[in-house]
Amino acid sequence: MVSRFTYSMNRRKFVQNSVLGSMAAFIGVEIVYGHTMPKGYSPLGLQDPDPFKLFGKDEGMEVLNDRPWNIEAKAHLLDDAITPNKFMFIRNNGLIPENIDASKWTLTIDGEAVSKSKTYTLQELQSKFPNYTYQLTLECGGNGRSEFDPPAKGNQWSVGAVSCATWTGVRLRDVLEDVGIKSNAVYIGYHAADVHLSRDPSKEPISRGAPMGKAMQDETLLAFKMNGKDIPLAHGYPLRLVAGGWPASVSGKWVNRISVRDKVHDGTKMTGTAYRVPCNPVAPGEKVKDEDMCIIESMPVKSLITYPKTGAMIKMGKKLSIRGHAWAGELEVSKMEYSIDFGSTWRECSIQKPANRLAWQHFSAEVSFPKKGYYEVWARATDEKGIRQPMLLPGWNPKGYLNNACHRIAVKVT
Amino acid sequence: MEDKNTFQKQAKAIYRLMLGLFGIFGLMVATILYIMADPDFSFFRGSSTDATYVAVVEEDDYDKIENGIHMRTGLVDAEGLMTVVNNCTNCHSAQLVIQNRMNEERWIATIRWMQETQNLWDLGKNEEIIVDYLVTNYPPKKKGRREVLTDIDWYVLEE
Repeated sequence: MVSRFTYSMNRRKFVQNSVLGSMAAFIGVEIVYGHTMPKGYSPLGLQDPDPFKLFGKDEGMEVLNDRPWNIEAKAHLLDDAITPNKFMFIRNNGLIPENIDASKWTLTIDGEAVSKSKTYTLQELQSKFPNYTYQLTLECGGNGRSEFDPPAKGNQWSVGAVSCATWTGVRLRDVLEDVGIKSNAVYIGYHAADVHLSRDPSKEPISRGAPMGKAMQDETLLAFKMNGKDIPLAHGYPLRLVAGGWPASVSGKWVNRISVRDKVHDGTKMTGTAYRVPCNPVAPGEKVKDEDMCIIESMPVKSLITYPKTGAMIKMGKKLSIRGHAWAGELEVSKMEYSIDFGSTWRECSIQKPANRLAWQHFSAEVSFPKKGYYEVWARATDEKGIRQPMLLPGWNPKGYLNNACHRIAVKVT
Repeated sequence: MEDKNTFQKQAKAIYRLMLGLFGIFGLMVATILYIMADPDFSFFRGSSTDATYVAVVEEDDYDKIENGIHMRTGLVDAEGLMTVVNNCTNCHSAQLVIQNRMNEERWIATIRWMQETQNLWDLGKNEEIIVDYLVTNYPPKKKGRREVLTDIDWYVLEE
């Protein structure tokens, strides 16, 4: 008996420290008779952690990393107008917190630029301030990193680290105004309950933020619901800062403290090269000093063809319906085009208005092909300032951020 | 006397019967307890329940190599593999290593960054072994400004 348990424990080291509470949170149901389970025994649900079951993700999602968990979608999985949890990418810098008790969750607002720090329970936040719901595009700053040459360090995202779910919460502005912000406020920085990969309690896996201008926007929420339900654990349950249109790392998960700073926030992954690009363009592979790297703010214009899936074969003479989404950080997308001849000619797609500011927009078109053969359908969005997506990779940067090159799918006409 | 003998015989018969019943009951209890403890009857298949022995079997299986891949981590089996496994997969998954392609200078820069910010220890003599392994097995690939679409899964689209 002893040996069998020893065996399962040695083999599954990563669940060694799990306790039933967090298991239940992961699996989504209470473990009945959990209290009678032998010590050191790991229930089947966690012995072989199937990330798809663990996080309620579709089996078509791509696991890039299991410690920390990083999972991305594929273009054709993002076809829904509002991204459901099962197709939403997961980007973690540390370990998902365990044993979350929402009834005891608090948010503290502190920092150099508040008159007096103040703490709210989750319940107080929800009832004291008006609730708002917005559909918000969250894209990882490193989405598309896998295409850079020379390659950039980090998770090698292809196109699927983007989502646009609805988020319900209170405005950060309302909470900050209730606390009282001094005139020297420059930046907000979040602090959260996730655990550093080394399990060193003195280190934060990530603590980023945004300038006051972004913090005070209508759409910048302290959210407690995603798509009308409690936020899934992997996406920040029970409280997440959501700042659409900016690198998704600004939208801190499991947030329990927000500091209002009198300088640019200097938390983990705010400094050095993290979520920064060269202030001035550099040659591919060029070394850039830390002081020459600038913080990424709004994400660039981008689009994805979500239907059909790449590799479609159609009969000659048939039209191909294509559709997808386009977004442009803080801006709106004003024009959407496609090309079937590698950019020699472009035709316009119809594009809808966003559900609200910072939500992605849906486009569609009917594509005709002149003769049989191999084609690529390329999509290109233009933002309201006339800035278009490049067909080639945009400016190289050491960490491989902001790849907004045109998306394309392969099509054969037979 | 005869009555007494009959009584003794009967008493003995009952005693034997009871003994038999208790015996059967005892056996059943023992069997049930055994099944609870060892539902797959591993004891009878000769597999030892000795903890040390199982641990040894597990160690073999634990670092199994198949088709040149270290099965537990997915890393390429090459010189320096176990040094990499033992130093580079404690905090993060080996998948983070496998995804990345860097030259010597940048792998070293990554190690320094982990030592400065991520609690990675001084690797001593192992650093050279690790960097050699990474540069040999995970060097950068040329991609140019845009790659050709590959691995297309062709399918007939019915509309």
